[in-house]
Amino acid sequence: MYPFPDERGHFGPYGGLFVPETLMQPLEELSLAYERYRNDPSFQAELAADLRDYVGRPSPLYYAARLSRELGGAQIYLKREDLNHTGAHKVNNTVGQALLARRMGKSRIIAETGAGQHGVATATVAARLGLECVVYMGEVDVARQQANVYRMRLLGAEVVPVRSGSRTLKDALNEAMRDWVTHVDRTFYIIGTVAGPHPYPMMVRDFQAVIGRETKQQLLERTGRLPDALIACVGGGSNAMGLFYPFLEDEEVALYGVEAAGEGLETGRHAAPLNAGRPGVLHGNRTYLMEDEDGQILETHSISAGLDYPGVGPEHAWLKDTGRATYVAVTDREALAAFHRLTRTEGIIPALESSHALAYAEQLAPRMRLDQIIVVNLSGRGDKDMHTVAEHDGWTL
Amino acid sequence: MSRIAERFAELQAQGRRALIPYLTAGDPRPELTVPLMHALVEAGADLIELGVPFSDPMADGPVIQRATERALAQGVRLGDVLGMVEAFRRSDPQTPVVLMGYLNPIERMGYQTFAERAHAAGADGVLIVDVPPEEAEELVGVLKSQGLDLVYLLAPTSTDERIRRIGALASGFVYYVSVKGVTGAGHLDPSDVAAHLARIKSMIALPVGVGFGIKDAETAAQIARIADAVIVGSAIVSRIESLGETPERIPAEIAAFLKTLRQAIDEPK
Repeated sequence: MYPFPDERGHFGPYGGLFVPETLMQPLEELSLAYERYRNDPSFQAELAADLRDYVGRPSPLYYAARLSRELGGAQIYLKREDLNHTGAHKVNNTVGQALLARRMGKSRIIAETGAGQHGVATATVAARLGLECVVYMGEVDVARQQANVYRMRLLGAEVVPVRSGSRTLKDALNEAMRDWVTHVDRTFYIIGTVAGPHPYPMMVRDFQAVIGRETKQQLLERTGRLPDALIACVGGGSNAMGLFYPFLEDEEVALYGVEAAGEGLETGRHAAPLNAGRPGVLHGNRTYLMEDEDGQILETHSISAGLDYPGVGPEHAWLKDTGRATYVAVTDREALAAFHRLTRTEGIIPALESSHALAYAEQLAPRMRLDQIIVVNLSGRGDKDMHTVAEHDGWTL
Repeated sequence: MSRIAERFAELQAQGRRALIPYLTAGDPRPELTVPLMHALVEAGADLIELGVPFSDPMADGPVIQRATERALAQGVRLGDVLGMVEAFRRSDPQTPVVLMGYLNPIERMGYQTFAERAHAAGADGVLIVDVPPEEAEELVGVLKSQGLDLVYLLAPTSTDERIRRIGALASGFVYYVSVKGVTGAGHLDPSDVAAHLARIKSMIALPVGVGFGIKDAETAAQIARIADAVIVGSAIVSRIESLGETPERIPAEIAAFLKTLRQAIDEPK
């Protein structure tokens, strides 16, 4: 049995609990509550019903026939997380954490968001459960993701622009932590990825693991076999962890996480800590980071706001070191090309984040045999990216 | 006995409370930090807390965040801060200095290298905001081997079990965070603080300082009645910020402010 994390949240040397003293007891309380409800049949039944009726699960596993033929190698299946309510995998986790918040008697929800997808998914479940909701978002991201800011406000959330540091996702996370320290008694912090202090990396992984469980069952039903390779993009890494986790002990299944190489790893303008960073401590956990020689965290770059983060979930750091998963990186340009290719061949407009996974599938599939199978996690849909892509193509919307 | 323990023993013998001001190293200008430290001592500081700038100060409120950004923008890094301690130490062999900051710059330098350099520079203690005892084992050993005290935070949310555990690991003094919040947070409630301190003191023998939310002479005096040390950070840093246009006035103005605090906490109760 894969034994990670240990009871203090460690994945080998990674993960753990690196937070100010004020948050230690609340995190302990969260761990205990999560431990209790993850084994509680009534909680699990409530979660399953919400995933079915509200999120729209199971999401389809779609065979991309034209794309597979065009690439001329392995057969490609897409796990359609883009068809979930709110348009991405993020909601799998927010539904779970919001139910937990309600069981814990918390009346106020906070979250951080980069592109706004996690913020929207959080505001959505907060609206449904009638919980107060505050979302922290870097000022730079607020400016480039106006539509999602408006969505969150429509849903009744307060969106607070964060003006400190680099004014992006990492600073939004700092600000959410500060809010949590201050309003810890009645507030539940819904972290959107498999990072942060224990138990978040484990808890978010568990809520997202529905992606991998469904994938396994759907592919077995369709083909009677396991896939040869899984591919998912990695920012913080929640969609990848959710897909990978149920396959970790199926050693014959190759796992590929795809980071954002931005303008190229060699330029330094990227968001690929697993490929070009080193281990350090940020946001409550030890993991690979993008930092300078003095341990200051670097600003990142990616065309995809959802991958624009200098850290990564600690379990990915561990899977990299153990060699169970392979982490590669694709550039903005390669991701955009994959975005257009999927749109044209399959009539599916992917998120720019997911386009990174697709770009790697374009490289991998032709090197594989026709009877092999790749599953790509199509973690979100591209509606939110129309503006970015249009601008890149020289269109004005 | 460490310089910190000695200082607290002296104060206790005199029936006085410690006054501990905080500065972010390099704010507003790197060359002002050492003169400012001397001015603080002159004005009555018993111990100085020197903040090490970090790009992601998640436990700090806006005032110290901005100070950190000013320092980082001028290139102040951990190595430079150690240089400032060394320069201060050349003309002040007595006043203890505690480095306060976040783990990552120390990890990057390496625990052993950091501990050796900090000791050589003349630092006395280290307070790392984001390292709870659960994650501190290796670090504690390395710091103690260089004679550095490890100052820990306690919070209103700390359970008895945690207080005991931290008491067993900490040295020098412990730092009680008076409110749930970030540095520079709103109002502290002296009776609530007193109740927590009584609980902490029943479990920990070390001196207990109180910080977060001490803004002026009045709150300093209230805290001095119940704690062994009064720690003042954001109130000083915000004054430094407001004098940003006339940095030559900073040492005198900050010293004058600190004197009002010194007076308030020394007044007979």
